Amino acid sequence: MNPPEADSPAHPKPAPCWTWAAFRQGALSVVPFCPGLVAFAMAYGTLAARKGLTLAETVLMSATVMSGVAQMVVLDSWPQTLTAGAIAGIVALTALINARYIMIGATLRPLLGSSPGYKSYPTLFFLVEPAWLTSLRYYDKGGRDPAFMLGGGVMMYIVWSTMSVPGYLAGAAVADPRQFGIDLMMPAFFVAMLVSLWRGPRKSFGIIVGAGAALLTEFVLGGHWYLIVGAIAGSLAGVFNDD
Amino acid sequence: MIEKDAFGFLLVIALMTLVVYVTRIVGYWLIGRLVIGPRLRRILEALPGAVIAATVAPTLVHGGMRSLVALAATALVMILIRKDFLAVFTGAAVAAAMFAVFP
Repeated sequence: MNPPEADSPAHPKPAPCWTWAAFRQGALSVVPFCPGLVAFAMAYGTLAARKGLTLAETVLMSATVMSGVAQMVVLDSWPQTLTAGAIAGIVALTALINARYIMIGATLRPLLGSSPGYKSYPTLFFLVEPAWLTSLRYYDKGGRDPAFMLGGGVMMYIVWSTMSVPGYLAGAAVADPRQFGIDLMMPAFFVAMLVSLWRGPRKSFGIIVGAGAALLTEFVLGGHWYLIVGAIAGSLAGVFNDD
Repeated sequence: MIEKDAFGFLLVIALMTLVVYVTRIVGYWLIGRLVIGPRLRRILEALPGAVIAATVAPTLVHGGMRSLVALAATALVMILIRKDFLAVFTGAAVAAAMFAVFP
């Protein structure tokens, strides 16, 4: 809600203008991320079909939650019966998986901060990593129009929501998912993500400890505890990562 | 198969939507009110990798030779070419081939 001059009196920023040009520029900036997103959306659609969701439920979940890892992990570990405790577990897991957005969102203050709340808060609904990355780059190069971030986010949103449909249809059409390796698409996607997150052993304690703690919990306790224990242990171990 | 309870499913989706949206806005809202120090930053940075590693680790151990070979192929393609689309489909193709040869 600040008037633009209030941020830095010496160098008054031009008011953010929310132009279509910046929106389009932002939408185009995330195109290189689309093939990966399509693969992920299809893997999610396939998993949703195998878990017995309807097509409408599958697309609805993507269009509302819009968090791929959370959607897949929750579907994959869906409880036998939906008790209040099980729902609380799902909510906790979702919060844990998306806690990284807290930090990501904080870094968007400079770009969005001089816009009124009725524009910046709806824009943040579309916050996803690729749009965030390209927005930071855009800001570094002197770009100041927040519509850039909205364009990138909306682009990812549309691709993510619609591309679960072909994955769902493929998953629903196949009698035995193992025949086409469909049962391993989600683990394969996660393995690919781990490769890109890997920063060498001294900077990847989160991954190493997360996997180790999950396995140990799986052997000792069973059930779905391995996920929460692995996630908490791994992220705490991340304190020891070298910078 | 998950329990087919449309109301329960919608309730879970609504709650997840709310929780994810809160994580998207709360950091933006808090900045200036709370300092994210280096420790907290490292913890938050390590979270995605920890969650994903914890998710796949049991598959690697319990999935047998077929999933081990398929996921190793995925990792190899990803390390060499860095294209996740190609890596995922290579893994699925290897898994399909293994299933055809050793059903």
